[in-house]
Amino acid sequence: MAAFQTTAVSTPRANHWLEPNWAEITAIANETSDVSTYWLKFVDPSMQANYSFKPGQFNMIHLPGFGEAAISISSDSGERDKIGHTIRFVGNVTRAVSRLKVGDVIGLRGPFGTSWPVEEMEGKDIFIASGGIGLPPLRPVIYHIMRNREKYGKVTLLYGARTARDLMYPSEYENWRQAGIDVEVSVDRSDANWPGRVGVVPMWFYQFRIDARKTVVLTCGPEIMIRFVIFEALARRIPLENIYVSLERNMKCGQGSCGHCQLGPYFVCKDGPVFRFDALQPYFNLEEF
Amino acid sequence: MSSNHRSETGSTIAIRKPVFNSILRRLKENGYQTIGPRIKNETLVYEPIENIDELPCSYITEQKAGSFRLTQASHKHYFDAIPGAQSWKQFLFPPCVDLFTLRKNGAGWETSNSRIDSPGYAFIGVRACELAAIQIQDSIFMRSDFTDPTYRERRQRVFIVSVNCLAPSGTCFCASMGSGPRVKDGFDLNLTELDDAFLLTVGSELARNLLDGIEYEDASAFMLTTAEHALERAAQQMGRTLDVSDLPKLILKNLDSSRWKEIGERCLSCGNCTQVCPTCFCWDAVDQMSLDGKTTSRTRFWDSCFNPGFSYLAGGNTRPTIASRYRQWLSHKLGTWKEQHGTLGCVGCGRCITWCPAGIDLTEEVAALRKEAR
Repeated sequence: MAAFQTTAVSTPRANHWLEPNWAEITAIANETSDVSTYWLKFVDPSMQANYSFKPGQFNMIHLPGFGEAAISISSDSGERDKIGHTIRFVGNVTRAVSRLKVGDVIGLRGPFGTSWPVEEMEGKDIFIASGGIGLPPLRPVIYHIMRNREKYGKVTLLYGARTARDLMYPSEYENWRQAGIDVEVSVDRSDANWPGRVGVVPMWFYQFRIDARKTVVLTCGPEIMIRFVIFEALARRIPLENIYVSLERNMKCGQGSCGHCQLGPYFVCKDGPVFRFDALQPYFNLEEF
Repeated sequence: MSSNHRSETGSTIAIRKPVFNSILRRLKENGYQTIGPRIKNETLVYEPIENIDELPCSYITEQKAGSFRLTQASHKHYFDAIPGAQSWKQFLFPPCVDLFTLRKNGAGWETSNSRIDSPGYAFIGVRACELAAIQIQDSIFMRSDFTDPTYRERRQRVFIVSVNCLAPSGTCFCASMGSGPRVKDGFDLNLTELDDAFLLTVGSELARNLLDGIEYEDASAFMLTTAEHALERAAQQMGRTLDVSDLPKLILKNLDSSRWKEIGERCLSCGNCTQVCPTCFCWDAVDQMSLDGKTTSRTRFWDSCFNPGFSYLAGGNTRPTIASRYRQWLSHKLGTWKEQHGTLGCVGCGRCITWCPAGIDLTEEVAALRKEAR
């Protein structure tokens, strides 16, 4: 029985895949009454130096005692010394995050998921349609385009929010325009001080000259907005393969293991959050799927 | 007849039933915890066993939609009782595991990993459907691009004594799913129970070494034929059938069927089906903080797509209705699972039918969808 070995031993468990790494909050920028951007830096400098992500990816942030939440990265992927997360205080974890201060330490796992096709869309016109808290996962794309402006054709950002007070990053729009991006902003409800467009995002499509042969559409926002953005894009004969969507689902593990984020055959955390629309189409118009 | 001959891997030998106790003893001597089916609270559970007399000898189970009964049988078979709600999943993917503990340390937190304190398990009496379920969970938790260490640590130390299933119950349909009643592969030892002997097929070098010197005889042609006939009979005796011919397409083409709403009115969304299912793998993790706020332990536990919070999003649940949750479960099991993991997510064990308090039967629901689609 020599070759038959005892197997009952206690082995240390390698749980690195669920363990958070620790990051310090270095700055907090209030964006709206219930949204702030948290700038994080890993406590371990080598971890910070080795960390990189692609536009559209997300991290799991961990608040001990409260749990984890999936938050997209809203900062420039070219910036290596800090990571930005724009967070809306709406669930258990994020409401607890709202009470944190600069200097506090939180857990971070990531980056996870697919990214916007920033390389594949070089040479194309880019049409970004976004609503509300859907802009943060697209801001890294805007920064990427700004750093590589000559690689892209016409670039348009059509962005909307419920009111002017709900707009993300309004102080940056001028910089984006100067970098050669057409920034068009609309609000659902206006007051006397609002000089711009009023109405939901998809209804402005008709005002833009979109060359269906060379335009890539990127969209993120409330699912109802995404639905109509796609409707408008398809009506302009933009091929399914040139439409990219970032979706939100309940996520717990980030690795396609826990099952929460499933959408048809996909695990949104690993096969998404950014999908090419032709992959999503069979499942997209099913209610409650 | 020989007592010191070494059996070859892949070969089949016969032992007298009491000799099985030597195998259990050897497994134990080699550090395994031997787990098998036992009667408890009028059902079958998987618990440590040391002697074959602890197995449900002379019992069969009668299973119907929403009903499970242990019944005395006239034979002296140890492995004819089809299992209850429990499956081997609870050992490899435990309902609740500690992942790690965080301790407050100044401004930050210190992480200490929990350890796996599980013994090496020897599973005794793994039926073909259950072995197929273990193999499905292997492909989920030990993917090429991602391996769950909590599963792998347990799985790689398991010794499997499987059993060809000769007495399928009323909710069984493994023959439809192609997972049974005959065990195909993935075992260390595979057992076929005859009236007065066990046939043992040696499936691994580990098992070959284990059997070294054990009292056995060569399986006679008569024994092999008897076993073969019993298996053929079992395949004919399935209480249920499921036509898998155009799955997963049938389900995915009928996601907007009115049938889902109708099932939603019967389904209680209790999640029993997902808890008893040997392939269901969804889990959640929660933090539990000590009262002084200095320690947090993170625990992983089984979740279910029938829990209302499963699809929770800040803007509202993705699947607020019971109909949408049942559709998610069934369209995953018999539909999208294939694209995710290469197989369907159902092995035909029938547990979800037996243990559904509303008696919902997925074989009936698929048949209804098929009829409607025609």
